[in-house]
Amino acid sequence: MHDMAVEARAVEARAVTKIFGSDDSAEVTALDDVTVSIRENEFFTLLGPSGCGKTTLLRLIAGFDHPTRGEIRLHGEDISHLPPYQRRVNTVFQSYALFPHMTVAENIAFGPEMLGQPRAEVARTVDEMLGLVRMEEFSARRPEQISGGQQQRVALARALAAHPRVLLLDEPLSALDLKLRKEMQIELKRLQHETGITFVFVTHDQEEALTMSDRIAVMNAGRILQIGAPREIYDHPAERFVANFIGESNLLRGELGVVTSATGTVTLSSGVTLSASVPDGAVRAGAGRTSGQTSGQTSSQTLVNVAIRPEHVQLAASPDAGTLSGRVENVVYFGTDTLYHLRLVTGEPFTVRMQNTRDGSPDARIGDTVGVSIRAGVAQVLQD
Amino acid sequence: MSGWRNRGQPFSSRRIPGFAGIALATFALLYAPIAILVIYSFNAGLSIAIWEGFSLKWYVQAWNNEAVQEATLRSLGVASVAATVATLAATMAALATTRTRPFRGMTAIYTLINQPLMVPEIVTAVALLIFFAIIKVATGYTGIVYLVAAHTAFCIPFAYLPIRARLESMDLSLERAAADLYATPWMTFRRVTLPLLWPGIMAGFMLAFVISLDDVVITEFVKSAGQETLPTYMLGQIRRVMTPEVNAISTALLLAGVVFVTLFFALSRKR
Repeated sequence: MHDMAVEARAVEARAVTKIFGSDDSAEVTALDDVTVSIRENEFFTLLGPSGCGKTTLLRLIAGFDHPTRGEIRLHGEDISHLPPYQRRVNTVFQSYALFPHMTVAENIAFGPEMLGQPRAEVARTVDEMLGLVRMEEFSARRPEQISGGQQQRVALARALAAHPRVLLLDEPLSALDLKLRKEMQIELKRLQHETGITFVFVTHDQEEALTMSDRIAVMNAGRILQIGAPREIYDHPAERFVANFIGESNLLRGELGVVTSATGTVTLSSGVTLSASVPDGAVRAGAGRTSGQTSGQTSSQTLVNVAIRPEHVQLAASPDAGTLSGRVENVVYFGTDTLYHLRLVTGEPFTVRMQNTRDGSPDARIGDTVGVSIRAGVAQVLQD
Repeated sequence: MSGWRNRGQPFSSRRIPGFAGIALATFALLYAPIAILVIYSFNAGLSIAIWEGFSLKWYVQAWNNEAVQEATLRSLGVASVAATVATLAATMAALATTRTRPFRGMTAIYTLINQPLMVPEIVTAVALLIFFAIIKVATGYTGIVYLVAAHTAFCIPFAYLPIRARLESMDLSLERAAADLYATPWMTFRRVTLPLLWPGIMAGFMLAFVISLDDVVITEFVKSAGQETLPTYMLGQIRRVMTPEVNAISTALLLAGVVFVTLFFALSRKR
């Protein structure tokens, strides 16, 4: 952490553990010592498969649950044990949870009314919010009289009407069809930009996370595995889970050789040596530290996993030209690009994704032996 | 065997031979006596079995009968108070058994609330007779309160069931959303839970009201002298001379019952 003092923290979780179930029933650890800090005005995404703890973390921030250990801070203030109605945080629920007995306008007015705003101000806020989500002509309708996408917008307007300092979104787009989801992704980005509110977004959809977020925290089994900008996470996954969950990755076993600052050489089982990015902490005990000029180099024998994205490599002009070589086992045509499933000499599977350009893509067929060229810096050493 | 378990198609009662016949016979047996009761309420003669022409005279006579008027008012009064108190208690019980963390003994409480449905009515009646007799002797008070208290007690489970059903089917995230939007627990209850629960409460009230209006056994045991309700008055009449006046009163009660039960179903289904 280099920027500790400078940047404002909107939300912080400090060593938060949440255990569900007690005495008679079996205990489930939903969050295991999670520490994360979310910056002011950022679009922050909690990404992970179902049951990874992302929704639990969101509920702890909202106040629907309280941490078993650790604390939740909102702008520096410990709110771990405040009830939801005392936190300047609002939620967009997965089911929208619009009040069925109130009109659209009454739904939006609910938060400001509960905050004790005067009538005229509430009315002004409602109008402003209806305009923000472009739902003016539906203000007198009941939730059941509008479509799912419209309900979604009303849920957003209702949550924003109370001017929260942080907006929590619990898989809000999962109930929408693909086209509407794409529209709402853009809409959400626009709203976040216009309002300047910190968004904490929960999703299991990696594409959604990559397109919308300023930063992503990848979660699995109650822990945060990696936090970073979409590009950073995609290009430099720290762990095998991240490499596989976000996009596709080829995983190869290799021996880590000389490491200089963040780059090292890896000798693959086929005997080929690659240069690869090495994340902090990737080199385990016995191999020394990798960072800084003090240690400079290390050169002990460490077995590692290396991840290579299928679209970051290319089929070479001839079988002997590339870094690796293998036999083509399957070719899948996708229109914009083509997937070549190879079996390397070492028996490991390897996939290459080639863009289909006008001037002809390589004419590799099933059974052919091909070479794969790998540019420097494309390979990534994983922590596990 | 294969007659009604046919080629992998789902089970259907239509394939059971004689099913429709049995169903028709059941309905006929259920409703024929009621139909006859209603028809003879319009009889011009004195008999409840020999038709002598159409007339509304028994309705007029019942309407002008002071004993009937008094019993009807008492019945309505007891049912109103008993159903109101029972619904109030049932609403609180339903909230306590659905809107709290599950606690030790919750199942026991649930059973206790519904116990009056299981205990034979006559047992409750005798128990109340003895219990109230002790209090009557001790205090000297013999007013209507005993009857109201007894009715309230057996009405509670009937009011409780529809209210609890509605609370259980309610989306909990609505209450969470209210809390998220700065509503205190009380405001959440007032602005979200209660309005959404209201149809359930009304349905519970209707059911309790009808059950109270209809009761004979417990009322007969608990009432003091001169505290006839409509059903106990009718029972007393039948012991003397049966005239179509009883049919007319019954028909009126039936109509009231149908109206209340229809309202109950309409409210239970309301979103």
